[in-house]
Amino acid sequence: MSQDETHTIDIIGKPSRHKIQEKIVTYFMLLCSSVAILTTIGILASLTFETFAFFQKVSFLDFLFGLEWSPQTALRSDQVGSSGSFGAVPLITGTLLISAIAMFFATPLGLLSAIYLAEYASKNVRAVVKPLLELLAGIPTVVYGFFAALIIAPFLRGGGENVGLVISSESALAAGLTMGVMIIPLISSLSDDVINAVPQSLRDASYGLGATQTETIKEVILPAAIPGIAGSLLLATSRAIGETMIVVMAAGLAANLTANPFEAVTTVTVQIVTLLTGDQEFESAKTLSAFALGFFLFIITLCLNIVALKIVDHYKEQYD
Amino acid sequence: MNSVVMPNELGTTDYQTELIAGKSIIQARDVDVFYGDKQALFGMELDIYENSVTSLIGPSGCGKSTLLRCFNRMNDVISTCRVTGSIELDSQDIHAPEVDVVALRQKVGMVFQKPNPFPKSIYDNIAYGPRIHNMTPSKVELDEVVEKSLKRAGLWEEAKDRLDKPGTGLSGGQQQRLCIARAIAVEPKVILMDEPCSALDPIATAKIEELIDELRQRFTIIIVTHSMQQAARISQHTAFFHMGYLVEFGETGDIFSAPKDERTQNYITGRIG
Repeated sequence: MSQDETHTIDIIGKPSRHKIQEKIVTYFMLLCSSVAILTTIGILASLTFETFAFFQKVSFLDFLFGLEWSPQTALRSDQVGSSGSFGAVPLITGTLLISAIAMFFATPLGLLSAIYLAEYASKNVRAVVKPLLELLAGIPTVVYGFFAALIIAPFLRGGGENVGLVISSESALAAGLTMGVMIIPLISSLSDDVINAVPQSLRDASYGLGATQTETIKEVILPAAIPGIAGSLLLATSRAIGETMIVVMAAGLAANLTANPFEAVTTVTVQIVTLLTGDQEFESAKTLSAFALGFFLFIITLCLNIVALKIVDHYKEQYD
Repeated sequence: MNSVVMPNELGTTDYQTELIAGKSIIQARDVDVFYGDKQALFGMELDIYENSVTSLIGPSGCGKSTLLRCFNRMNDVISTCRVTGSIELDSQDIHAPEVDVVALRQKVGMVFQKPNPFPKSIYDNIAYGPRIHNMTPSKVELDEVVEKSLKRAGLWEEAKDRLDKPGTGLSGGQQQRLCIARAIAVEPKVILMDEPCSALDPIATAKIEELIDELRQRFTIIIVTHSMQQAARISQHTAFFHMGYLVEFGETGDIFSAPKDERTQNYITGRIG
C-alpha cells in the first residue's frame, strides 16, 4: 500500500482482523453442524459393522429369504436350546401387513380431512380443527399403544366373537388401526399444505369457467396436488414402518407368517426391542440379528424418505 | 336506453351519453361493494354495450377490478365481500335467487391478470369448460370446439402440433391466448379481462390487442387496464374510476380528447394515478 498519495476517501482498514472474525464464526458453526452429522455417521458405521458381524454367523440369503424367525440360541454350551433361525420374512410381512392396514385406514380419512380443511372449512372451523388434528400427532406413541392394547384389541375381539370371527387379543388389525389414527394428522397436515400451495389463480380460472367447487377440487386442485399428496403418503408409510411402541403393545411377539389381520404378527421393530432388552450376550447371533434388522429397516425408510422428498420438492418447483 | 345518468360523488355533473350507440347488454345500477366494513365501490351506474370493448381505467385501488368481478359474481368466492344494488345481464338480475352462478359464469367468461393455464395439456385446458358443462357429447365435437377456440384465439398454428403437451410449457403470451381460448370455448356472451397484458412483453401485448379487436365481432368485452394507450387503442367505450366512484363514462375518443371531469383530465395526462 503506497502511503505517499493522499486520498480524500478513506477505505484503508485492517482486513486481516475481519477475515479472522469471519473464519472463527464459520468454523464454529461448522463444528456445531458436524456434531449431528458425525453422530449419524457413527450410528451408521456401528450398524453396518455389527450387521457384517451378524452375517459372519448367519447367511445373508437365510436372513433375507428364511421363512422362520426364532432367534433363541443356546446361551451355555451345555444348554439344550434351539439353534435359532433368522428368517426375516415373517417380520417383514408382519411389518407390511400392519403398515398396509394403517395406510388403508388413514389415507382416506387424512386426505378427506385435508380437503375439507383446505377447501371447505371456514376460517373459524379451520382455526379449531387443524390444531386439534395436530394434537393427535403430539400424543406419545406409548399412549397409543395403551389405547390399542386395552381398548381397541378387546373391542375387536368382542366384536369378532359376536359375528363369529376369531380375532386374537393381540392382532395386526388392532395395531394397524391404532397406527392409522396416529398417522392421520401426518397425512392431513402435509396434504393440507400441498393443497393450499395450489395457486389461487387455478381456482379462479376454474370458477371463472363456471365450475362448481366439487368440480374444481376434482378436476383441478387434486390433479395439481397429487404428486405432493403421494409424497406425504410415502412419508406416512415410512413412519408406519418405523413405528415401534404401538406394535410392541398391540401386535404381539409371535412371528407368524400370515396375511390374516385377525392374527397376531410381529414386526421388525418389535423384534429389535425384544432382542436387545434385558441382559444379552453381545457376540451371539441373537443380539447381532437386531443390528441386521435395524440396518434393513434403515435402508427401507431411507429409500422411502428420499423418494417422498424428491416428489414433494419436484412438485414445489412447478409453481415457484 | 341511450341516455345514461352518471352521478359522481360530488353529485354535480350529471351528464348524458347520447352518442353511445348499440344495445346495452349489462346495466349496473346503484352497485355498492364492501370488503368487510370497507366500502370499495359507491353507487356504481354503468352500461356495457354489446359487441364493443369497454375499458375500465383508473388508478390502483379505484375499484375497477372489483366491478369487473361483480359481472360474473367472482366476488362470491371472497367470503367478506358483499355486493348490493342491481346488475342486469340481458334484463335479468344476476343476483336473483333463480340465477345459477354456474350458468352465469358460462355466459360471462373471464381472463385473468396472470396467465393461469391448468397444469394439463393444451387440449384439456380448452376442453375443461365444455366438459364440465356437458356441451359436447362426442369426442369429434369436442375436437372441433378445441380447434375452433384455438383458431379464434390465434393460437392454432402454434399449438396444433402440440395439443397433448402441457399448457404451462407455452410462452407467457401464448399462455394468455390459451386462457382466452379456454374462456371462449364455452361460448360466452361477455368476456371480462382483468389487465390481461400486464404480465406480457410488448409484442405479446400487441397480439392480444389485435385478438381483442377481432373477438369484439362475436363477444362483448370488458377490460381493466392500467395502460391508457391500450384503452385508447382497443376500446370503444371507456369508464374512468377514482376512489371507488365512476367519474366519467363515454366513448373512448371523447374521454381521451375531451374529458369532462378534471380528475379524468389529470389522470389521462399523467398528473394523478
